[in-house]
Amino acid sequence: MKNYLNIIVAYSIMMLLIILVGIFQSWSIALTIFNYCMISAVMTLGANIQWGYAGLINFGIMGYTALGGLAVVLVSVAPVPEAWSVGGVNMITSLGIVILMIFSTRYILKNIKKSNKRNYLIAGIIIVGLILIKIIAGPAIEQIEAVDPAKTGFLGGLGLPVLFSWIVGGLFAAGLAFIVGKVALGLRADYLAIATLLIAEIVVSIIKHEDWLARGVKNVIGLKRPAPYEIDLQTSPWFINLVEKFHSAKLNLANSLSERQDILNQLVIDASSVYVKLCFAGMFLVVVIILLIITQKALYSPWGRMMRAIRDNEEAASAMGKNVVKQHLFIFILGSAIVGIAGAMMVTNDGLFTPGSYRPMRYTFVIWVMVIVGGTGNNFGAILGGFVVWFLWVEAAPIALFFINLFTAHLPETNEIKVHLINSAPYFRFLLVGIGLLLIMRFRPQGIIPEKIIKQ
Amino acid sequence: MDLINAVIVLLNYTIIPALTYGSQLALGAIFVTLIYGILRFANFATGDMMSFGTMFAVLLTYYFQSIGINFGFLPTALLTIPFAIFMMILYMLLIDQTVFKYYRIKKSPPVQLAMVSVGVMFVTQAVIRIIIGPTDRRFLDGEKFILKATEFKEMTGLAEGLTIKSTQMITIVVTIIVVAIMFWFLNKTKTGTSMRAYSDNEDLALLSGIDPKKVVLITWIIAGILATIGGILYGLDKSYRPFVYFNNMLPIFAAAIVGGIGNPYGAFFGGYVIAFAEIFLTYAYKRFLVYILPESLEPNSLMQLLSTDYKFAISFSILVIVLIFRPSGIFEGKRI
Repeated sequence: MKNYLNIIVAYSIMMLLIILVGIFQSWSIALTIFNYCMISAVMTLGANIQWGYAGLINFGIMGYTALGGLAVVLVSVAPVPEAWSVGGVNMITSLGIVILMIFSTRYILKNIKKSNKRNYLIAGIIIVGLILIKIIAGPAIEQIEAVDPAKTGFLGGLGLPVLFSWIVGGLFAAGLAFIVGKVALGLRADYLAIATLLIAEIVVSIIKHEDWLARGVKNVIGLKRPAPYEIDLQTSPWFINLVEKFHSAKLNLANSLSERQDILNQLVIDASSVYVKLCFAGMFLVVVIILLIITQKALYSPWGRMMRAIRDNEEAASAMGKNVVKQHLFIFILGSAIVGIAGAMMVTNDGLFTPGSYRPMRYTFVIWVMVIVGGTGNNFGAILGGFVVWFLWVEAAPIALFFINLFTAHLPETNEIKVHLINSAPYFRFLLVGIGLLLIMRFRPQGIIPEKIIKQ
Repeated sequence: MDLINAVIVLLNYTIIPALTYGSQLALGAIFVTLIYGILRFANFATGDMMSFGTMFAVLLTYYFQSIGINFGFLPTALLTIPFAIFMMILYMLLIDQTVFKYYRIKKSPPVQLAMVSVGVMFVTQAVIRIIIGPTDRRFLDGEKFILKATEFKEMTGLAEGLTIKSTQMITIVVTIIVVAIMFWFLNKTKTGTSMRAYSDNEDLALLSGIDPKKVVLITWIIAGILATIGGILYGLDKSYRPFVYFNNMLPIFAAAIVGGIGNPYGAFFGGYVIAFAEIFLTYAYKRFLVYILPESLEPNSLMQLLSTDYKFAISFSILVIVLIFRPSGIFEGKRI
């Protein structure tokens, strides 16, 4: 129990902060922050597996998040039959060519010895394949994008339940991680960071500009939801009764029947948004707890000890007969898959997919700050980091505004410096997060909740 | 005649813009490479440091304009370079003293320093946005063109015009001067040689009496000069926007690694490799081909290999390919 005291204290403080937001701002805001905190926590769990367990630096979190989001679109959106009829055959043929290219390259790599001839053959296959794809897919893409471009203009998805897409998002991310891992894992740590960052940029730019896939920067809105819609709740009698019961004291204060009805309507609208967010919070909590249990079990299993051994001394672990390359690849895929799940969760929560919003600042560097601040190698720390940093990231502007007003209280309202500072309040979040990271790195490099090694 | 027209088309739309963009990248890439070679970490605050220096140039340009100082037909921003560099170096030394020095003395692994530079990136970005805001700013004044398309057509009687913007000329000339001075400094002066020695083998350099503090100081000063000038040239040519500068970090990294990180010559060259690849692969060759091909073969499509949306993706793909097949870069890395 004593061992867990610091964890319990840290989590209680965090919960208290969110409850304070609920009391002072609104419960809806508090729940939004809480949901995003949990999505961030899932991302940090993924990054922590890579960095904390195995010492692999992955700056490509943005790419996996975006792929997770793409999975939501491809799984849950209803298919667009017109688009499939004009371009479906060509697109499937192109997909077939891609698969053929991969298998023929593999075949050549296996059966022909390393030589110039092999290189030319592979280059030939790639060039011929690309030209074929351009010829076959080019007109089809144009036709698909011309199908009602204001609303669809893409192939659509499979029309399956949206929760299913969380798993698919994980699989997509795992697939990308397999390729990236094969290509880049042999690199030195800082090269790996840069390479993963740039590969993630490539992935995002493909999602952004291939409109036939997921409408690109035109965004997909109105995605399915695993929770009820506010508008349905507001008209269903059981929900109104529930709100009535919950707020009966407040309603009894009303003077007339019409006033009572007005108050009730307002309460129902507020409560419906809170209810929806609570549904999401419940689902996210389930995911976080399941992942936490799995990662904790893994960390203290023989496999977890082996990963730590590889992290702390690669040569020694290799000498003991552990396959370092294979394990690195495996853990890279595992961590990325978790990040992919988080990406899918986030898009589900938002109900819209906006490829233009995937930027390295928000989806790579902030997540990394979370991992470092929370505690590398400790799952409880990683989750806490997600909560703390996201909370700061969102609440920085109000906090900054409060302090600006405090320090410039003696200045007149029209003072230029004051106006300028108030206008730039949103940017204090960068300052806060940056200084937080620098302070943690300097004075507590192991994070708020440091890694704990249990001796058996 | 058609052949000359074709060449002019290429010059106008690909070669001159690529040379300009390449020069801007090259300055940034040398900055990255110097930090990497001597201070031994990948500096993720690169783009924002360039942005920080440029910010002062923008503010001073506005100030100079308001009190009526200008530089004739040249942009006023060129006058502000020394002041901007001075502020930039002060900022860099401040950061080095408060942040990086601690880890350097502790001999932390490069990854930790890279993470610290992420923290610096956040703070710099915040400072910039608080001071100047995130909006797009143009601060180019003076003569806009050296050669206008219509003038060129009148002069030569060709069908195609050649435009040379003054910013393009300034970028190329300034880059050549700065890089030439820097290479002379690194190769011919005693301080430059000691920097190279420090980069090659730190322990041996310390044994032979090289003062590490001085080397670090000089490195930051050179880095400040390169970052500020690179940033100002980019801002003059396009426009100044903090977010764009942050994004420019990525092709700059690509240029530095493609050239072989730690090697300034490689970085210089890498900048042009990235710029030419980006522009040549996304240029629509239709107009060029119309001139050189016989009429029967004239293309119907734009003859564009990749859409311009993928400009950034190209440089990153080049980087990935280089990393796979030649991880030490086109030139051998780690040598100044």
